[in-house]
Amino acid sequence: MKFGVLQFPGSCDEVDALYAARRVGDAELLWHGERDLKGADAIVVPGGFSYGDYLRAGAIARFSPVMESVIDFAGDGGLVLGICNGFQVLCEAHLLPGALLPNANLRFTFRQVQLDVAEGDTAFTCACGGDRDLRAAGHPSVSGGSTTGGRSTLSIPAKHSWGRYYADEATLTSMQEHGQVVLRYAPGENFNGSLSDIAGVRNEQGNVFGLMPHPEHAVDELTGSTDGLCIFTSMRMAVEGARV
Amino acid sequence: MKARVLIRPKAGILDPQGEAVQRALPALGFEGVANVHIGRLVELDVEDASQLEPMCEKLLANPLVEDYEIVLAGE
Repeated sequence: MKFGVLQFPGSCDEVDALYAARRVGDAELLWHGERDLKGADAIVVPGGFSYGDYLRAGAIARFSPVMESVIDFAGDGGLVLGICNGFQVLCEAHLLPGALLPNANLRFTFRQVQLDVAEGDTAFTCACGGDRDLRAAGHPSVSGGSTTGGRSTLSIPAKHSWGRYYADEATLTSMQEHGQVVLRYAPGENFNGSLSDIAGVRNEQGNVFGLMPHPEHAVDELTGSTDGLCIFTSMRMAVEGARV
Repeated sequence: MKARVLIRPKAGILDPQGEAVQRALPALGFEGVANVHIGRLVELDVEDASQLEPMCEKLLANPLVEDYEIVLAGE
């Protein structure tokens, strides 16, 4: 299982994403100017300030050569995870619905947030259910699967000033109907004013997922939470499951 | 020819930057101000003005959340 982690001028969280992915499989950085995805089984579009957030966050990165390949890869069903700026890039590239707007609180906010897993049966959350630690460790008695029976909560840091999720009424309705809202800020945690408390969404096909908080910063006890690891583990399970 | 593109947030979407400026003005003694919105200005020289609209749709604006207005020199 190999992750390809994109790197744009101005990205700053690609190295943490690389290290997080390496806890789960192989991972390699993919430079924005190169079209070659180097055989990656899944792509991570990392956080940061690609192209300085000039014009709009993600507006320029979406047209980079590597993103042309990622758009094709996603069209063929490949798994793509967008974190923070990566989420912005995926929305600008129209791989995900909606847009990210300035935080309603008008502040760059950096804090731990609690996220409710609204859809547990996705390629990005299948390992995030109840016995999360067991799933993450690949315990043989715990298989990946739905957590629709119960809700789980992930404790993950958010750090952004432009993360208010917006989509128009018709899009939101369609997204709810198709189970595309994957993560929501738990009650009281929505500091940026995202509509419907949306923190993470997937596309209709289910292979592209974006979230504003940073799972790559929650993979080691050293930073207080390992809840982010399950997102990477889920992706590995989805890729390996698809191979069977 | 010279062109200017004015990009503004779509009506009906929360504009906290506009609201912050609107709140700041009375503190400086300016009363009777409403409907403040913050947008972006792009100025450019173009050879083919018909390209401006596709430029806006594709890059300069995010049509999902922004409206744009193209102003050509002399208008």
